[in-house]
Amino acid sequence: MSLNLGVLSIQGDILENILSVQSAINALDINGTVTSVRTPDEISQVDGLIIPGGESTTIGQLSLANGTLKILKEKIEQGMPVLGICAGMVMLSKTAQDKVVGKIDQPLLEILDIKLERNSFGRQRESFETDISLTSLGIPTFNGVFIRAPSISDVGSDVEILSKFNEKIIAVKKDNIIGVAFHPELTTDTSLHKYFVNLANTLKN
Amino acid sequence: MLPLYGERTNAKGIISEKLNSVDTLRGSSTLKRGFAHMQKNGVVMDVTNVEQALIAQEAGAVSVMVLDKLPSEVRKAGGVARTASIRIIEEIMDSVTIPVMAKCRIGHVNEALVLQETDVDMIDESEVLTPADELHHIWKWDFTTPVVNGARSLAEALRRIEEGASMIRTKGEPGTGNVAEAITHIKKVNDELRTIKSIYDSGDNQDLVRIAREFKVSYDIVEQTAKLGRLPVVNFAAGGIATPADAAYLMSLGCDGIFVGSGIFNADDAQERANAIVLATTFWNESDKVKEAQKMIDERQSMLGLDVKTLDLRMQDRGGSA
Repeated sequence: MSLNLGVLSIQGDILENILSVQSAINALDINGTVTSVRTPDEISQVDGLIIPGGESTTIGQLSLANGTLKILKEKIEQGMPVLGICAGMVMLSKTAQDKVVGKIDQPLLEILDIKLERNSFGRQRESFETDISLTSLGIPTFNGVFIRAPSISDVGSDVEILSKFNEKIIAVKKDNIIGVAFHPELTTDTSLHKYFVNLANTLKN
Repeated sequence: MLPLYGERTNAKGIISEKLNSVDTLRGSSTLKRGFAHMQKNGVVMDVTNVEQALIAQEAGAVSVMVLDKLPSEVRKAGGVARTASIRIIEEIMDSVTIPVMAKCRIGHVNEALVLQETDVDMIDESEVLTPADELHHIWKWDFTTPVVNGARSLAEALRRIEEGASMIRTKGEPGTGNVAEAITHIKKVNDELRTIKSIYDSGDNQDLVRIAREFKVSYDIVEQTAKLGRLPVVNFAAGGIATPADAAYLMSLGCDGIFVGSGIFNADDAQERANAIVLATTFWNESDKVKEAQKMIDERQSMLGLDVKTLDLRMQDRGGSA
């Protein structure tokens, strides 16, 4: 059976993630496809999903309007592998508040037990690149691209911390759920996308 | 993956520093163009105060653009239009969680520096304001903050990218509520992209040289853009968008997203219209959703709009030949 992966296409850098997953599938020589998915029907078909970077308030409000939020939550609870990138990690979080503005009323999936701070490293001028490591995923160094990135101040007892930058948590995993604060899809290194494709492939078979 | 064609790795805007003894890099093309990539498939809304910014955020805008007056009001007021009050920009930055952009005059380096110091997330070097320098645009490689520029043609777009623009938008004709010019500009850029791609595919390098000279840009950027078959940076539509159907049509022409200027907050149904334009931009390829969005607005409350042929002031011509 072919592996059917999706990138949530509400708002953000959807195409960039599709290209990264495609090259990960090719590099791993796995029988699989990746498409953009948006409707509840499309989402119900996929074996794994990436929620891309973008604006979490936009993605949240529109996936609520579309009926997508509900099915997403159900599928993830049933064990569908999901990779949330930046805004995507915000969407997964149980609670999120902005560094400057504080808590605002925004629809979230509330599925990952983390306490998240939006725009945690400051505004766009403070956005940065740095080398990080995801040792437990078998990725010793990775070019972390942080764009108005969030960070995590606290995690639930069953959430694994994958990486930190200057004491701030920037990547986490809980079973089928991965959240990262940086943008692997903006680099040419597909190792994190490969890890995700492998995870989805293992869970499917 | 991100096209980095034309990138200058030694640019002054790139800052390499240690953060708690860890090496970091700021202001790189990946970060500046990457920011624009996060705006894709979204709507950036022009606002003049906190109240409008909150309505925009609530509606699902991906950013707000702060101006002193909406483009249609600039048109009516005449005189010199400059960058917005810093105090208002800061108030808005403290009130919304989405990115805040602001406009500076074409070629006005110090207005742009002031906006960078204010920490806006993106600077728009905009023809809506009165140009400060008709011959030179800002050399945007000197900035750590990304800059967006308007363009009416592929030549203009590539000239701005060579100066360091991290994002392009069509110029359209701002403040008119008339989408015709934005449609013309995006179609022209698309046509020209198709032309250079077919020249590239045919292997006729001399013809690409001819085009580079005609466009007043380097051979490299023409060749790389031709190879890619699209602009190497994100390309939004702007200028005269007033209804959900306007937004959906521009998305269908291949725009990466939408800027709405006067169309929302000059209409009498701003809140509904903001919601509706966001819906139509996201779901542009689902005709029932665009219809639903269009139904949310009342045409009798749309801004009246202006026929571009009757205009005394054509903002799109500003900075166009440079």
